[in-house]
Amino acid sequence: MKILVPVKRVPDPATTIRVMPDGSGIATDNVKWVINPFDEIAIEEALRIKEKQGSGEVVLISVGQTAWQEQLRTGLAMGADRAILIKADHPLDTLAIARAIAKVASDEKPELVIIGKQAIDDDSNQIGQMLAEMLGWPQATFASKVELAGEKCTVVREVDGGLETIAFPMPAVITTDLRLNEPRYASLPGIMKARKKPLNEIAVDSLGVELAPKLKIKTLNAPEKRQAGRKVASVEELVQVLHTEAKVI
Amino acid sequence: MGDVLVFAEHRGGHFPKTTLIAVNAGLEMARKRGGHCIAVLSGEGAPAAAAEIAKYGPSKVIVLDHPKLAHYLADAAAQALADLVKKTGAETVLATATAVGKDLMPRLAARLGAPMASEIIAINDDGTMVRPMYAGNALATIELDGPVRVVTVRGTAFDAAKPADSAAPVETVAPELDAAALKMEFVGFNEIKSDRPQLTEARIVVSGGRGLKSGDNFKTVLEPLVDEMGAAMGASRAAVDAGFVPNDLQVGQTGKVVAPELYVAVGISGAIQHLAGMKDSKTIVAINKDEEAPIFGVADYGLVADLFKAVPEMVEEVKKLKH
Ligand SMILES: Cc1cc2nc3c(=O)[nH]c(=O)nc-3n(C[C@@H](O)[C@H](O)[C@H](O)COP(=O)(O)OP(=O)(O)OC[C@H]3O[C@@H](n4cnc5c(N)ncnc54)[C@H](O)[C@@H]3O)c2cc1C
Ligand SMILES: Cc1cc2nc3c(=O)[nH]c(=O)nc-3n(C[C@H](O)[C@H](O)[C@H](O)COP(=O)(O)OP(=O)(O)OC[C@H]3O[C@@H](n4cnc5c(N)ncnc54)[C@H](O)[C@@H]3O)c2cc1C
Repeated sequence: MKILVPVKRVPDPATTIRVMPDGSGIATDNVKWVINPFDEIAIEEALRIKEKQGSGEVVLISVGQTAWQEQLRTGLAMGADRAILIKADHPLDTLAIARAIAKVASDEKPELVIIGKQAIDDDSNQIGQMLAEMLGWPQATFASKVELAGEKCTVVREVDGGLETIAFPMPAVITTDLRLNEPRYASLPGIMKARKKPLNEIAVDSLGVELAPKLKIKTLNAPEKRQAGRKVASVEELVQVLHTEAKVI
Repeated sequence: MGDVLVFAEHRGGHFPKTTLIAVNAGLEMARKRGGHCIAVLSGEGAPAAAAEIAKYGPSKVIVLDHPKLAHYLADAAAQALADLVKKTGAETVLATATAVGKDLMPRLAARLGAPMASEIIAINDDGTMVRPMYAGNALATIELDGPVRVVTVRGTAFDAAKPADSAAPVETVAPELDAAALKMEFVGFNEIKSDRPQLTEARIVVSGGRGLKSGDNFKTVLEPLVDEMGAAMGASRAAVDAGFVPNDLQVGQTGKVVAPELYVAVGISGAIQHLAGMKDSKTIVAINKDEEAPIFGVADYGLVADLFKAVPEMVEEVKKLKH
């Protein structure tokens, strides 16, 4: 079975993010770039399905700049078979990114797209759901367990108030939540092999999809910083101040 | 012109506070766009919930009635809402960013070819909106182009709608669905039952982290404090990942965002991903044995102590206050 996994390059989650004084973006000097953590979980899930079935292909796809090759190579080193970089030199909105991935998906014809629920930088939580609609496929967002049986897929989802189970035929889109699995690290032999795996580039303009952004980011501002308060000496004092000063209990 | 459709989520006729928040944000959006706010419901129990929602200020309430909508599933709901957008000519479709809101709205946006803004925290008079990015470390002012747009709102940034003087009319619409294209099937819901207040609705939230060390300690050490304070219980990702408490309790960038009057963080270090989910709380208390823990950087009151000693003491002190 063929599984397509979209991959986004994002700042390491441990990075302290600073907004540029002119509001045009964030300061990217000293930023370490990594695969979006939810996409690592997606790659891991795809690899496990392939390993369990004993055959198949895991294809990575990014819509980004040349530098994104680095994250695609890391994904290949984890064990993915090949990668596609759709080259876009200007930032696109979620609709355009989803259209570009949907176009490639309709050519590649995977049985599953497994994709992170959310990019930890832009935090939209949109692309998987958009992709599912564009392809006319079922969607299972926020997956914490995936089970395949023949053509059918059953997914346990993390929702408000509990866990929901849904079922659907493939092809389909699954978006990953944190508890789905623990991603493996790339091994040294994996890194060696990854160098020789195919990484094809396609210009985004050649896909023939609408790209003009309908969501425009006008400016970025740093939020007001919360001031640290004070230390209290004892539990007794804490409860007193909460009662008499903060008046919350 | 400028009409707003609010997707009013409910379960079996009962709706959470987040639904009233969506209605209120919808009313604000409609006012600023010179249109009406229309609440939309579907699923089992929708007529009962519609009669209630009608009392909270919308101009009209629409019940979408179709057998395929009995239990919420994204594919059918997106089709039905898209059909309604065409029928009503609405400009904005809005929902709170709950699990359902996040699941449905992007699919709807794609169906409409409309841009979508996730988890906005403000609606400006000039039509722009504000949304957090980078775990809340940046606030983006954004603009959505085109005749239709889709928005989710962050529950902590808007108040709940208040009862109005009169109830709006309720109308039933049978949407046209392409049933052959609907392939999703609801199998079951494993509900985590709790008598405590909802995490996103509570006035007080007490959260535990890895410092609690086990699920048993959550029960025997933290829960007595949670209950003595009449609070909702929350947790860090580390506590959820370790299996101490259910997923549903995770507070943070990739879990739930809360802003109660009082947030008590116990044995939580204060990673940016956790802060993203609670730093707008009115008063923050941190109990941690490490005085360097970043959580103290946002806490109004910090107590450097061993939680296993401090928390039982706190239960007693809070008890005293009541007598
Ligand atoms: C300088 C700059 C300017 C920008 N200007 C705009 C703007 O004007 N309008 C605008 O809408 N956005 C703008 N963006 C942000 C934009 O490029 C976002 O990355 C995009 O909107 C996707 O949102 P998201 O990553 O939050 O998606 P989400 O829906 O949160 O992502 C979910 C999943 O989709 C996949 N995914 C996301 N992006 C990609 C990708 N590029 N390739 C492959 N898979 C991907 C990943 O698997 C991810 O886990 C700008 C960014 C920068 C750096
Ligand atoms: C993609 C991604 C998404 C994430 N999303 C979230 C999210 O939504 N929410 C979230 O919370 N995290 C999230 N995280 C994880 C986050 O980065 C931290 O790892 C996590 O918040 C740490 O949890 P913690 O504070 O409980 O554990 P730790 O960081 O291990 O802190 C435990 C604290 O307990 C204290 N302690 C230990 N014993 C005692 C004692 N006896 N008495 C008092 N204090 C004690 C310690 O001093 C320490 O400060 C995410 C991470 C990633 C990469």
